[in-house]
Amino acid sequence: MKLVAEKRQTSSKLFRFSAPLISILVALFVAGFLLLAAGVSPLQAYLEIIKEALGSTYGLSETLVKTTPLIFASLGVSLAFRMQIWNIGAEGQIYMGACGATAVALFSGLENHVMMITAMFLAAFLCGGAWAGVAGILRARWRVNEVIVTLLMNYIAILAVDYLIYGPWKDPKGFNFPLTAQFSDAARLTEYFNTRLHSGFFLALVCALVLYLFMERTVWGYEIKVIGSNPKAAQYAGMRTGLAIFAVLFLSGAIAGIAGFSEVAGLQHRLQHGISPGYGYTAIIIAWLAKRSALGVVIVSFLMGVLLVGGDSLQLSWQLPVAFVYAFQGLILFFLLASEFFIQNRVRLVRGTSHD
Amino acid sequence: MIEILLDATVRAGTPILFATLGAILNERAGIINLGIEGLMLIGALAGFAGTFASGSLLVGVLAAFFAALAAGCLHAFVTVQMRGNQIVSGLALTMFGIGITALFGRGMVGATIQGFERVAIPGLSQLPIVGNAFFNQDLLIYFSFLLVVAMAFFFYRTRWGLALRTAGENPAAADTCGVPVSLTRFLAVIIGSGIVGIGGAYLSLATTPMWIENMSAGRGWIAVALVIFASWSSYRALAGAYLFGGITAMQLRFQAMGTTVSAHILQMLPYFFTILVLVISTIRLQKGASQQPEGLGQPYDREDRK
Repeated sequence: MKLVAEKRQTSSKLFRFSAPLISILVALFVAGFLLLAAGVSPLQAYLEIIKEALGSTYGLSETLVKTTPLIFASLGVSLAFRMQIWNIGAEGQIYMGACGATAVALFSGLENHVMMITAMFLAAFLCGGAWAGVAGILRARWRVNEVIVTLLMNYIAILAVDYLIYGPWKDPKGFNFPLTAQFSDAARLTEYFNTRLHSGFFLALVCALVLYLFMERTVWGYEIKVIGSNPKAAQYAGMRTGLAIFAVLFLSGAIAGIAGFSEVAGLQHRLQHGISPGYGYTAIIIAWLAKRSALGVVIVSFLMGVLLVGGDSLQLSWQLPVAFVYAFQGLILFFLLASEFFIQNRVRLVRGTSHD
Repeated sequence: MIEILLDATVRAGTPILFATLGAILNERAGIINLGIEGLMLIGALAGFAGTFASGSLLVGVLAAFFAALAAGCLHAFVTVQMRGNQIVSGLALTMFGIGITALFGRGMVGATIQGFERVAIPGLSQLPIVGNAFFNQDLLIYFSFLLVVAMAFFFYRTRWGLALRTAGENPAAADTCGVPVSLTRFLAVIIGSGIVGIGGAYLSLATTPMWIENMSAGRGWIAVALVIFASWSSYRALAGAYLFGGITAMQLRFQAMGTTVSAHILQMLPYFFTILVLVISTIRLQKGASQQPEGLGQPYDREDRK
């Protein structure tokens, strides 16, 4: 008896659509054992996650609050993934976007709400884009590995924010806490239903729709896909791959930068340490689970939002570290990658020795 | 002054050196491993816990090696057996490492152990300038010297080393010559991961003998970049790791001297220089013959052989 893997003629449709779901379920199962080993009852923990994140209006609103930055960051990351460009730096781009928006909010002196918000949005867009654009230029011009550059720039971005809030941007009336001053009302997004849910969430939905149309209905979207799947053919067809690499990384970072804008303008109303507790990394998983589709990103971001809100409450009730969510996300990715094998191959049990 | 800096350089460079050597072993066999950061954390926690439980530093180092090796099995299985995307799998490994060490490290926070101590090598340690920095160090540092030489010997002077390099350069040709490509790659990934784990253990057993959540602080990623700087050679990895040890040492020295430059700006330097070095070595590699293993990042499937 022997296990044999055979290539499928056509990839299994059933598997292709159910694979992300199955991966999440298997990851939940395996993570359950990790929780058990850490002395936490997995069943209770999972029930608590669902209850906290979905069981009340407040919980649901908090989940949407966390979903918002995830949508922006994942849209940015998936745009680059489409072209086989690895933007692992969404985390830093969020921080830079927040920096840009904060600079406008604190120092522009604008008083008109619409103008202020528009200026903050543009600043975040440009800062996030420029931050990723550095990796874009290096990659397009000298083929420098963008994975490493975007990732290392995360550390620099977080330190840059620390520098600003401990130094020049520190609120003089803030009792020496490392925070900037609070934003004026003009620089705050509207909140709804007496919760922390702000208009950033709706902006994220619009952004997803725009990106969907861009990817599926425009020539540029098509070129991105072609360059990603076959750069040589793209070059023969006259596509300017170098420029496209820079443009896509810039746009990818810019969209992630909007997450920074939405966080400071909609939620925190100031710049402080830990604006993003790893949204940029979670975005990588979301992009992969959603198969780089803009609409898939919205759904998976919501699922991850549930996990993050639930994870926060587990931290309080079971003293679980927040970072545990990463272990779970890593597991999901492993199982998803493994499941892709079953989409391409059929595994059978064969009696006797197999022909090799 | 120079002696102190040099000493700090070696001590700060050693964890990165182990991590870079482990990553080189992975990539020589054709597998990109972006899980280095997570593996270092797993090594750091397992090393600390092993020493804490047994009181023996050797047990700690072995625990770090085998824990990281076990975690490396995940990456090896997904990339070699399942032929999954190596970049995504490596990222998954890093996230898994960060999360799992945070979960199981809770009980270790605040615990203390007796870390590695210096052992002077008679004679050599009396050498001017370099003596103290290189020959009055702890045993793990001496082991890292040995590993650098052993790895170069393995790659270029042994049959297995040749087989491993061929599996990374041209897996189809290696397969034709009877090299078990999948097995070779699998072993390279897991043993390489184990070596990265020792680098993590250096952090929790020698640099600061305690466990701190996320204590690798990006060193794993610096190691990934250094592999390119080192053009996949263990000797150049030594140079690269000490270069970064040097920058870290100087940065800490500046802070200790109480400069007016913000500590946050100084802390950026190692990351900034890593990017700079990465750019320079990438350009240089493209001008000369590239040392990058031909088959790097490509899954091997016998059925796809042309």
